[in-house]
Amino acid sequence: MKPPSRVREMPILRVIARALVPVILLFGLYVQFHGDFGPGGGFQAGVIFAAGFIIFALVFGAEALRQVVPVVLTERLMAAGVLLYGAVGVVAMFLGGEFLNYSALDPLTTGHHGQHLGIIVIELGVGIAVAATIMRVYYAFVGRRPDEDGTDADPALDTGAGGEVS
Amino acid sequence: MPPVELLLMLLLIATVIVVARLKDLFAAAMLTGIASLLAAGLFVLMDAVDVAFTEAAVGAGVSTVLFLGALSLTSRREKQERTRILPILIVAATGAALIYGTWDMPAYGDPDAVIHHHLAPELIAETEKKIHIPNIVTAILASFRGYDTFGEVVVIFTAGVGVALLLGGLGLRRRDERGEEES
Repeated sequence: MKPPSRVREMPILRVIARALVPVILLFGLYVQFHGDFGPGGGFQAGVIFAAGFIIFALVFGAEALRQVVPVVLTERLMAAGVLLYGAVGVVAMFLGGEFLNYSALDPLTTGHHGQHLGIIVIELGVGIAVAATIMRVYYAFVGRRPDEDGTDADPALDTGAGGEVS
Repeated sequence: MPPVELLLMLLLIATVIVVARLKDLFAAAMLTGIASLLAAGLFVLMDAVDVAFTEAAVGAGVSTVLFLGALSLTSRREKQERTRILPILIVAATGAALIYGTWDMPAYGDPDAVIHHHLAPELIAETEKKIHIPNIVTAILASFRGYDTFGEVVVIFTAGVGVALLLGGLGLRRRDERGEEES
């Protein structure tokens, strides 16, 4: 078993992380849903959202994060984001348009509400897929242990790994 | 080139040279994050805010953490190897060829460049009428090029699946399910 790392005992880091993580997540949501008016969009929002969770894991440990976002959940959300994007295209087809022609989503008006709706939903799909993928990749990286002969591994480099589930 | 851009560019070059020469991989990983941040600053000055966003979040943030995650599994110091001449020559020749290629490009910020006259005026004039959202970049990426962006999301998904299969994590998954049963 690994000795507790010094990083997680630093009160300043813990307090700052506690204060910072909600702000980062809120900023991620802002970038997500304001992407059609300001800079940003699904990809950037997904990365920022995942980065907020990863900062939490860096300070409090990957195990603490896994209790909030289990690995299985990230895998399901990865697929759900892609399916949400594709579903918008298929719904547009059922409503009489072409695949991913958002104007068909709103047949009553001239189509600009449909464009707006379609863009918001597909950006949400992108954001979910990107955030889940980055967190899944992070789990894959910290979930590995050094090999048996990996004696030169440096335990001082703590990225939240370690600490088995009992 | 304006002074701020020049300063950022010089800092970027200095950082990259130091990264290439450092033997301490921890410091090198941190410096690649700084290089990404400098690149993001350059993108902001070029008004490419969306790209700067991505560079800062992915390059300076997430990939640095992944570098550290990989480093925690291996040695912190690069093994000493003697300097080999041929790779340096190949890299220098490739770099020289790329720089030679940029001579044909229009000057930085040139308003007469082709890219500002082909398609761009039309998109700036028409996008808001067709899509009714003010951010032209989002309109182009999400609507005009909806297929492309869908493909990109599938690429990201595939990359995530690939990493999950290669690096793992079946153990992670099992531990997860066991944890769910226990709770």
